[in-house]
Amino acid sequence: MLAEFGYGILVLSFVVSLYSVIAAVVGEVKKNQKLVESARLAMQLTFPLLTFSSISLVILLVTEQYQVSFVYEVTSRSMPTYLKITAWWGGQSGSLLFWSWLLSAFTTAVTLRKWDRDREFLPWVVLVSSVTLAFFLALNIFYENPFLRFWQTFNGEIVKAMLAPEGALPFTPADGQGLNPLLRHPGMIIHPPMLYLGFVSYVIPFAFAIAALVTGRSDDRWIRITRSWSLVAWLFLSLGLVLGGRWAYDVLGWGGYWGWDPVEIAAFMPWLTGTALLHSVVIQEKRGMLKHWNMLLVILTYSLVIFGTFLTRSGVLSSVHAFAQSAIGPAFFIFIGVTFIASIALLIWRWPELKSEAQMNSLLSREALFLLNNLLFIGILVVCFWGVIYPLISELLTGQKVTVGPPYYERATGPLFAGLVLLMGIAPLSAWGHSTAKTLGRAIWKPLIVAVIVIVAFIGYSLYAGSAAITNGYFIYAAIGFFVVALTGFVTLYEFWRAAAARSRAQKENIFTALWRLAGRNRRRYGGYTIHLGVVLMAIGIIGIEMFQVETQKSMAVGESVEVAGYTIRYDSLAQFRHSDERWVTRAVMSIFRDGQYLGELYPRYDLYPDGQPMTIPGVRSSMEDDLYILLVNWEGVTAEVAPFKIYHNPLVNWLWVGSLIFILGTFIAAWPEPDADVVPTRARRQQLSASAAD
Amino acid sequence: MKRFTWFIPFLLLVVLLPAGIASAQEPVPTPSDDDVNAVAKELYCPVCENIPLDVCPTQACAQWRDLIRLKLAEGWSEADIKDYFVDQYGARVLAEPPRSGLNWLVYIVPPVLLALGVFILYRTLRSMRNTAETIAPAPPVGHDNDYLNRVEEELRKRH
Repeated sequence: MLAEFGYGILVLSFVVSLYSVIAAVVGEVKKNQKLVESARLAMQLTFPLLTFSSISLVILLVTEQYQVSFVYEVTSRSMPTYLKITAWWGGQSGSLLFWSWLLSAFTTAVTLRKWDRDREFLPWVVLVSSVTLAFFLALNIFYENPFLRFWQTFNGEIVKAMLAPEGALPFTPADGQGLNPLLRHPGMIIHPPMLYLGFVSYVIPFAFAIAALVTGRSDDRWIRITRSWSLVAWLFLSLGLVLGGRWAYDVLGWGGYWGWDPVEIAAFMPWLTGTALLHSVVIQEKRGMLKHWNMLLVILTYSLVIFGTFLTRSGVLSSVHAFAQSAIGPAFFIFIGVTFIASIALLIWRWPELKSEAQMNSLLSREALFLLNNLLFIGILVVCFWGVIYPLISELLTGQKVTVGPPYYERATGPLFAGLVLLMGIAPLSAWGHSTAKTLGRAIWKPLIVAVIVIVAFIGYSLYAGSAAITNGYFIYAAIGFFVVALTGFVTLYEFWRAAAARSRAQKENIFTALWRLAGRNRRRYGGYTIHLGVVLMAIGIIGIEMFQVETQKSMAVGESVEVAGYTIRYDSLAQFRHSDERWVTRAVMSIFRDGQYLGELYPRYDLYPDGQPMTIPGVRSSMEDDLYILLVNWEGVTAEVAPFKIYHNPLVNWLWVGSLIFILGTFIAAWPEPDADVVPTRARRQQLSASAAD
Repeated sequence: MKRFTWFIPFLLLVVLLPAGIASAQEPVPTPSDDDVNAVAKELYCPVCENIPLDVCPTQACAQWRDLIRLKLAEGWSEADIKDYFVDQYGARVLAEPPRSGLNWLVYIVPPVLLALGVFILYRTLRSMRNTAETIAPAPPVGHDNDYLNRVEEELRKRH
């Protein structure tokens, strides 16, 4: 009964969202404000409706209603209740409903704002949001229905249907299949909602951009309204990516955090255009330039969000993430094609009206460097996009399947990432409007000298200590990388210090109070710098693990030791026991020593779930210097006497995680809501700024 | 000098033949797990996509790693083993598409597009600059807000 209720509400939501689309269009065409208002209310109604539908599904999951096929596929009796709830997004149809529910929540939130000043945007924002929502609901209703039930026909066949086929009886399996063990990790429980939140948030800036295009408003109003949405979207997407990386590091058992898997890249691509957009919209706000480019970026971001969902949901790629395969591919493909072409056509139509209000005066000005930043982000996007779709093209044209793996991406994107980090160090020192090599040189020399001293000290120490790193073929690249990172890090810290010290002197404040108040006065700027600091720390971790990781595999007898990167690892014992949730746990005890000193024990293990799914959990000793990461290699045959271990030494990897936290903190600072002080149009604002600069 | 060129292949034969015989007679040491993984890392699981062979937990992959160990023990080089896998399972077992035929596209398209992007950016900036020069040089806009301008001003006064 609950399944029918949930499904009925789902269909009703679809009908309401279609009504919202039609009412918005007709209301706008006939200039009927009541109809537009009705469209807005209809869109808001989808949220409570989809909440009811989602609650129905969650109740079915928690109460073990295995006659519902989705419940059977993603839960089992042995799973704890919280996992039964999170199984909502653990399978294809449930996760699509989750997507729709989040989208309806966000679009409802955005339509609750005051529309007094932007009334003309309203029908178009409602239209774009409702079209997107209707599309995802259609997928749920026509292709991936989470409420389908099992029926047993006369000839004993089990079929899935919403209504009973003729003569069929309801069928209830005794237990469910259970959630894929890999998806039971806390990182993987939170990772999809974060990504989805990021994805759906980007629908809002896109909806406003389209509204601005249709209504012909060429100012930066749409950017100012959606600034917080873009930052929130970016925050969630970043969180999703970081959590995904941490999950991979913790449970996938290959000692890394990012494997350039097509599905990882699917989530990374909208992040790339989103990051480019965050920078380039500032140019439009400050100087009234790059209007076409910003429109193009927001269209690309939206299309990549849908494309990313398509890649993960359609089964077009088979990889570790693509646990779901279904027949929804063509529908996605058509939707992406139609929305992209329509958006681009709209942009071309409005092209002449989106002229720049200012000119680029200097190749070293802040705006020119931001443009270069955009070029690098788009360069990385091209590499990623092409790497993901080339195997499909190859298979389509020649029938030959190929793999585009990490070596391709690392070689192609490495220099582009290094360029971006370098730009992060230079751009904050350049001025809007005009900068010369001389003014830049004057600003950068102090951090540059400190960076040179640090890198010379690093190389000198490595040579003096006879560090193994020197013999590593990547040492020179690592040294260049560390230099770039050090320069950018010091520039960012110098920027904080310079302004805080000036305020501290002027206002007679303690330096920390000065810094706090300064950041409070300009959250976007100092939030941005905090993000840059986070990236610098992350880059240190990435250089450490990518260039200096050491790995070895060895079958060890009890009592036997192995030496890895200065550590002595001794295999002490092995135990096997059954966990309360019915998985079999095989757990090794390893003693760790360094320079003869005992450091503690590690417990690498592998879990075998009742459905035969294995999961390898490493034993990890973590410090800011390095991670010692030990895997019990279950696939090589483990006995009580001899067990194979794979041991990774990952230098500096924790800088990546600490940097991620600072990165997220910076995004919070930047995204923290500020009063909407925007009443000054761009040109007037520019004149005001020019006047204040000339004071 | 030319007269003696015939001598070079002969000389090579004399020098290399005993070495070849010696290496053929030398027993190949038993490959370690690390030797096997060094090759397996470069190959992708032919059945489960996008997973390198050295970390793939399936039974099939364990057998393929055993095969690599066997081939290494027989004295095969890494390149020989890779070729063997490509012959057996197709180019998809390689971490990157082989540089031949249509596959060149995968390597050429991104740099060409990036170069095009650099060119367009350069042209745009140049043309904007020229236009700007013919109109009037805009005054420097300064920093993000009034407050910071004052901070900057304060800094300048103190230096």
